[in-house]
Order: sequence, then structure tokens, then C-alpha cells
Amino acid sequence: MSETKLNTLSVLVDNEAGVLSQVARLFSRKGYNIESFVSGSTVDPAITRLTIEVYADEDQIKLLSNQLAKLIPVHSVKILTPEISIRRELVLIKVKAPAGASRSELIQIANIFRASIIDVSIGVLTFAIIGDEDKTQAFVNILGEYEILELVRTGIVALERGQETIYDKTKVKGEFDYGKNVL
Amino acid sequence: MELTGAQILMECLLEQGVDTVFGYPGGTILNVYDELYNYSDKIKHYLTAHEQGASHAADGYARSTGKVGVCFATSGPGATNLTTGIATAYMDSSPVVFFTCNVTEPLVGKDSFQEVDITGIAMPITKMNYVVHEVDKLADIVREAFAIARSGRPGPVLVDILKNVTAEKAEYEKLPLSEHATRGRLGKLVGRSSNNFKSPDPDKEDIDLLINMINGSEKPLIICGGGVVRSRASEEFNTFVNRCDAPTAITVMGGGGIAGLNPHVTGMIGMHGSQASNMAVDACDLLIAVGCRFSDRVALDPKTFAKKAKIVQIDIDRSEIDKNVKTAHHIIGDARKVLSVLNEKLGQQAHPEWKKYVFSFPTETEYDDIPGKLTPKQALRTIADLLPQDTIVSTDVGQHQMWAIQHFHFDYPGQLLTSGGFGTMGFGLGAAIGAKVGNPDKTVIHIAGDGCFRMNCHELCTEQYYDIPVITFVFDNSTLGMVRQWQTLIYDKHYSQTTLDRGPDFVKLAEAYGLKGKRVTNVEELREAVKEALEFGHGYVVDIAIDIDEMVRPMVSGGARITNFLAI
Repeated sequence: MSETKLNTLSVLVDNEAGVLSQVARLFSRKGYNIESFVSGSTVDPAITRLTIEVYADEDQIKLLSNQLAKLIPVHSVKILTPEISIRRELVLIKVKAPAGASRSELIQIANIFRASIIDVSIGVLTFAIIGDEDKTQAFVNILGEYEILELVRTGIVALERGQETIYDKTKVKGEFDYGKNVL
Repeated sequence: MELTGAQILMECLLEQGVDTVFGYPGGTILNVYDELYNYSDKIKHYLTAHEQGASHAADGYARSTGKVGVCFATSGPGATNLTTGIATAYMDSSPVVFFTCNVTEPLVGKDSFQEVDITGIAMPITKMNYVVHEVDKLADIVREAFAIARSGRPGPVLVDILKNVTAEKAEYEKLPLSEHATRGRLGKLVGRSSNNFKSPDPDKEDIDLLINMINGSEKPLIICGGGVVRSRASEEFNTFVNRCDAPTAITVMGGGGIAGLNPHVTGMIGMHGSQASNMAVDACDLLIAVGCRFSDRVALDPKTFAKKAKIVQIDIDRSEIDKNVKTAHHIIGDARKVLSVLNEKLGQQAHPEWKKYVFSFPTETEYDDIPGKLTPKQALRTIADLLPQDTIVSTDVGQHQMWAIQHFHFDYPGQLLTSGGFGTMGFGLGAAIGAKVGNPDKTVIHIAGDGCFRMNCHELCTEQYYDIPVITFVFDNSTLGMVRQWQTLIYDKHYSQTTLDRGPDFVKLAEAYGLKGKRVTNVEELREAVKEALEFGHGYVVDIAIDIDEMVRPMVSGGARITNFLAI
């Protein structure tokens, strides 16, 4: 068995009630834990794009994507490996920042990471940072030296690099060319 | 034309050519049943004793006729009573559309009387499910539901309609079945580039590669799976087997996919597979599985399963490929299409030596006679001899099921109705009723164990009321035989909660339902009983005394190598 790693699946589904739970339940039913699950609208309001992260080996992720593609409300599934995709996540972090040296340190660190300060109140700063998990985690680790009051992540969203899109017919042989004999 | 939701539902059923519905009414589905009253000349409704019976009847109707089965139930407990039937249909890819009604819109989500989120419950056991909130979407959804149930890899679909929708009115336009795929939701779905409910044409390169593999093989083995049955491909499959001149093992679901007396047939494969089948799996160099998903009852140990062979999987469902065992090659497509293309290209093969080896092992199990009791084989042979060869056989689950599959031979798809995937005890009687309704000209028998029969025997009232002449054979060993067998072999004979030394008297039970019955202890009595049942022409129960320690042999325990027989 090949090694287990974090995989990203990009999935287009019908924007209808119950579809998200149908997709999410497929993972639990097959014994996988979802690390990250992001849902948002696309250019077409009838279609939702999901970005799902899950630990699996190469065979497992293929089986999972086939299982997903089998669900009627699923339009297409693409496995996005880190090598061919750009991945971003937004993290909001609320940190204790009393007036004084530590407060200006925090602002400098945020500048280095190109994080923005989106809320300031007495003794507290809230940062927003966008990046892949390495970048955001590095920022969170440093802020950990101060006192983090709470943080929230949007979960990873990903797109393929270059000209390729999820709408391209780049799938496994036979998956699209099903011929005319429908039904 | 403006119609109510209930009328639209009836019209949509007529569009699909539905003339038979199994079900049970209740509060929320009243409007539908009221309309059913008006449509009773076109749609015949069979009222069962319990929703579970209706679900199995619709399933048995679908399996035996190849048409889509239809089942109605009300909200709440009516709907949840269907779930075992839905799961049974799902595991065996049987096309059934289940209609439930739910509470009226303002009551949704308020834990109202008989309210349950049935689509949520049924999500993992349906191919697709819907909640209908708006009456103007009803026709469109029903059309899509039927198309999804019957196409690609078939399966159950659930449509949950809110009660107010069945009373509200909408514009309805009759649409012939041939035009369904051009409009509405279904039109969009068909237009989509990828979805798994289409029926793909097999890929030419894939076919050529398999032809080369067959030409290069010295010890080919073919597995006949449930896909051959669902695709009604027995003719093509028989030709393919004869052309390959390869031994052919049959899975539980594959019964009827090939003529039972075809000389290539090695019998059942897997946990209770024949020695010939299982030894062939171990020795073959090419394994061609048609419509078979290598469940844990077939590929008991995926690591050692057919380890000398290149495994080729022919399946309509891409997600089955490589799921349970790793394959060397696969062809995606409907079994009938793939096999007919293969048959066109494949030359006649000959494997006399290999067949000689495989058939040096027994394809059937012998049982010793026990005075005063019938052996399963004696009983089944006696029954088979007296009944027409095209008799439809419905089974429950357990020892009697395995015996029936081992000792009957089935010749056409839909002749064997059995819960292979889900293993539903109590499936058989409902399924037999559905099958008889769908095939009034054929003899339909129901093979049961005493445990299974006790679970759903109340459907005898359905048999009696509608005069559906099913003959039930209870293989009565006063125990949960299959579980006892495991307890004997693996659990130190701790017969924990498996002995069924209790009533009822099945003969008196049959009589209480207005039917007839007979208890038999030897071949002669059994022969008499079968003759009497056939002459009687109504529902009949034959209670057959079987020894409590009778076992299903051969047996390989779960997870073991397929030739590692625990008993032969």
C-alpha cells in the first residue's frame, strides 16, 4: 500500500438541499475523516464547488473520487495534488496585545507575513492571513509566543495551476465518452 | 391541464407503464390513496400486512420482471418500516421507486405526529432521494426518479412528498417516456458530461486487450455475478462462456445468469462455494468477473484470492473497479453490451486439460441420509423434480438459501430472488408475492428457514386475500441454522440464543390464514405435499423436518484463503 497523505478533492455539485450532507456522509460511511470541507457558489448559481481535504493513499483517493462521481448530484470530481494546484486558506486570529513593546512586535510580525490587522481594540488585535497551510501555520506558531485568544480557519480552497480547469475533459479514459446510448 | 399533486403522481406512474403498486396507507399519504381509488382500473394496489412486506414485494416484482417496482408508504413509522427493504434493494442493485409522504409544510421540522426525516435516514441506502416541496416540480422529479432507478447500475430511489403537495394543483402535461430525457431535470442530467447513470459503450482498446488476454490464457475462469442478471445478459453470457471454453463459477447474485446445466458451470463460489469453483479460483491464470464486486463472501481474503491470475473486471459501475480486489484490467460497461462485442471478436477457445482438472473436484456436496428426516439435498431435488423448470424461486437468508442455490439450477435472470448483499431474513415471502404478481403464469415458490419465516409470515394474509398462490417450503430445523453452524464450528458449541424450540405450528398457521399446509418428514410425504400444493392452486405451506445439526458444506470461514475448507 502506498503512503497516506493529505489529498485535496475539488467537487462540483448541484446547489440543492441535502447535497452537502450526502457528500459528507460518503466520507464517514467509507471510514474517512474530513480534515477540511469548504463549500461556496460558482459562476453558475445552480452549482456549488466543494473543496475537501482528506488523508488517504493513492488507491483510496481514486476509489473515493469514483464513489463521489457516482452520486447523482455530483457533476465532476478532480483530485488536486499540491504539485499542480494553488491552495489558500484564510485564518483570523485574535491575540492579546497590551499597549507597549509586544504590541509593536506583533504588528511587525504581521507585516513580515503580509497579514492584515482587521480589528483593533484595547489590548486586543485581530489578524487576517491568507496562504497555504505552511504559511498560515508558521504565522500561528509565532503568534503562539504571545497569547492567542481564539482563531478560525476557512479551510483550504484550491485551484489547478495554469490553463486547466475542473470543466476540462481531462478525466480517466471512458469517464466522459459514454456514447449516445443514454438511459 | 391543472391537476392535484396526487393526480400528477398517478399520471406519472401511467407514463412509466406502472400498473402494479405495493404499499400501505396512512395519514399523510391519504390524498394519494384517495386518487388511487379513482385510478383503480389502471393501477392495481396490493395492500400488505406490513410496509416491510410491501417493500420486498416491490423488490421481488422488480427482480423477476426487470421492470421498476413501486412501493407506497406513509410518513414516520410507515417510512422507517421500509428501510430494511430499501437497503435490501440497494445492496442487490434492484430498481424500486419508493414513495413516502411526509407531514404538511407548516409542520415540517416540528417533530410533528408521524414526522421523520426519511430522506436523511435513507441517504446511504438509495441511489438518489428527493423531498418534494412544490407541486410544480413533482412530475419532473418522478420522471427523474424512475430514470435513475432503472438506468446504469439499477437501484432504489426514494421520493418523499409533503402532504400539502399532494393536494395542491399544478399544470400537468403528459410526456411520453421516450421524451423524458429531453426535458427538465432529467434533460439536464443527461446533458451533463459525467455521471454514472448512463450506459457507456465499451471501449474498443479495452475489448481488444481482453481478447488478447483470453487468447493467451491456459487456465481461464469466469465468474457470473449479479450484473449478468441485472443486465438480462444470460444469452450473451452463455455464448461467451462456451466460446471461452472456461469453467464458470456463479455468485449468489449471479444465479440465473447462465443456464444451470451448462457443462462449464462449477457451482457457487466463495464461502459456501463448491470445491471445483474455489480450487479453480486458486489455480486459474485469468479470472474474468462479469458484474461481480468481489464481496467478502466471494473474495474471502483479497490478498490470496486468485493470486496466480490476472483479474479482469467487467462492470457498469466504475467505483467497483479495484474496490475489493486489485485488477489487472477492467472494462466499464453494461454486461450485455460488453459481452456481445466480445462475442463478435472472440474466436473459439479450447481448454480440455484445465476443465478436466477443475471438474476433478466436486461441483456439488453430498449429504448422508438420516432416517426420519430429510436431507436438504433430498428435499430440494424432490421439489425440483415435481415443479416446472422455469419455477421462480425466492429465498430467505441462511442455510436453506445456500442449499437452494447449491442444489437448484437456474436458467434465466429473475428466476432466483435472494437477498445476497444485505442478507435480509424475512425477504423471501414478500419477494415471492411480488414475483407471482409480476409473473402470474409461472410457478413461484418460497424457500424459507423456520427463523426467517417466523419474521414475516404475516404476509400469508396478502397471499390469501389476493389469492396469490405461492408455495412456501420451510426448512424447519428448529434453529437459526447458519448461526448454529458457526457456533458449532467456531464457538465451542455454545448455542447461544439460536435454538427455536417454539411455536407456532406452521401448518395451523397456514390454516389460520385460510390457506393449507402440511408437515413432512420423508421424501414420499414431501412428494405428496408438493402435488397437493400444485393441485390446491392457492397459497400453501410445506413444513419440512430437517436435522438440527445439518450444515451447509463446503464452508470456508470469513477472511480465510478460498481453498481453506473448514468443512467439505
